[in-house]
Amino acid sequence: MSKIKAPKGAPFARIIGVGGYRPVRVVPNEVILETIDSSDEWIRSRSGIETRHWANDEETVAAMSIEASGKAIADAGINADQIGAVVVSTVSHFSQTPAVATEIADKLGTNKAAAFDISAGCAGFGYGLTLAKGMIVEGSAEYVLVIGVERLSDLTDLEDRATAFLFGDGAGAVVVGPSEEPHIGPTVWGSEGDKAGTIKQTVPWNEFLPHSRLRSSGGTATGDVSKLPLDSKGEIKFPAITQEGQAVFRWAVFEMAKVAQQALDAAGITPDDLDVFIPHQANERIIDSMVKTLKLPAHVTVARDVRTTGNTSAASIPLAMERLLATGEAKSGDTALVIGFGAGLVYAATVVTLP
Amino acid sequence: MAATQEEIVEGLAEIVNEIAGIPTEDVQLDKSFTDDLDVDSLSMVEVVVAAEERFDVKIPDDDVKNLKTVGDATNYILKHQA
Repeated sequence: MSKIKAPKGAPFARIIGVGGYRPVRVVPNEVILETIDSSDEWIRSRSGIETRHWANDEETVAAMSIEASGKAIADAGINADQIGAVVVSTVSHFSQTPAVATEIADKLGTNKAAAFDISAGCAGFGYGLTLAKGMIVEGSAEYVLVIGVERLSDLTDLEDRATAFLFGDGAGAVVVGPSEEPHIGPTVWGSEGDKAGTIKQTVPWNEFLPHSRLRSSGGTATGDVSKLPLDSKGEIKFPAITQEGQAVFRWAVFEMAKVAQQALDAAGITPDDLDVFIPHQANERIIDSMVKTLKLPAHVTVARDVRTTGNTSAASIPLAMERLLATGEAKSGDTALVIGFGAGLVYAATVVTLP
Repeated sequence: MAATQEEIVEGLAEIVNEIAGIPTEDVQLDKSFTDDLDVDSLSMVEVVVAAEERFDVKIPDDDVKNLKTVGDATNYILKHQA
């Protein structure tokens, strides 16, 4: 047996730059109310959401990612060719192969960086961050670009009054680099596949697409399409994200508060030591209840980007981080608890130093 | 020791007061959580979780939607408490 040389990485890792991209079009609740029977007051009281951004045809998953990443790379003060890996978390890039990460890596001007997509729903940023930290400490990349990006407007059922107002589009990116001190704590993460049905796509592509193809060629649907949901015009609905609101709320608030506490414990941090709390921006009611359940002290700044950005799944944490730093509500060097949770169900929480 | 109906209503009243700010005296058996007490579907989850802790009872998500009134919740707790 030959001796294999040990990999040599950095002692620790930290987030050294962050960037975000929000689509140009701002969509107020009034637009949502054109297709659901609800009210601005109802939407705000159930979710805190006032506006969200919806992408146009040019604001593709790749294009938004490149914009956000360019800002993150500039913020980090490095060059794109120093990036060793690009990790993209998304559930709304419809061209499944190849991974969108490769196009992003190329267009950013990386030097053939390793590039791949991951699917971890609203926990995707934490999953990506954990991979990035591992790569840097293990030595397979000096700098890693982690991107959370979604065009959830493409997967929103605008006639579903429980979800039509929730989702938004955007991209958030961070550059993770080497560090002499620990600036990303241990990740507390996991999955609960027994609850897979609580947040899911209404219809799998392989059940939806045969019908869609027949329709576009002028043919009539064959096979069993009787179970596919119809819209108000009797057309088969495009697949969308659906969820069981109360079950998700209970899990998010009470189970995720425990995970958040475990992440604090793992990092050796108490709530008093925290400066910032950046939970996944799913719904302000979840955020409020988590803050209460975790008994966070009043001095902790809480991200509430959901009000104007909606729920952007994997993009929500880096977008919220970018906004808190841009507005001065948080500052570089602050200690932040980040926690993502969503479809899977999956979750990931860790304590980081803000870039 | 299992709570009596009176103790459960009293406990629910305190919980609803804490979560939704409704005066405890308004929380009576015939009152609907959503229609009379301003407890929306998400606050209802908080009420349920608090009631689970207080009365040592498990109320699964599937059963929560059947608890329309304070009386429904009281009966459920009376029947299922440990």
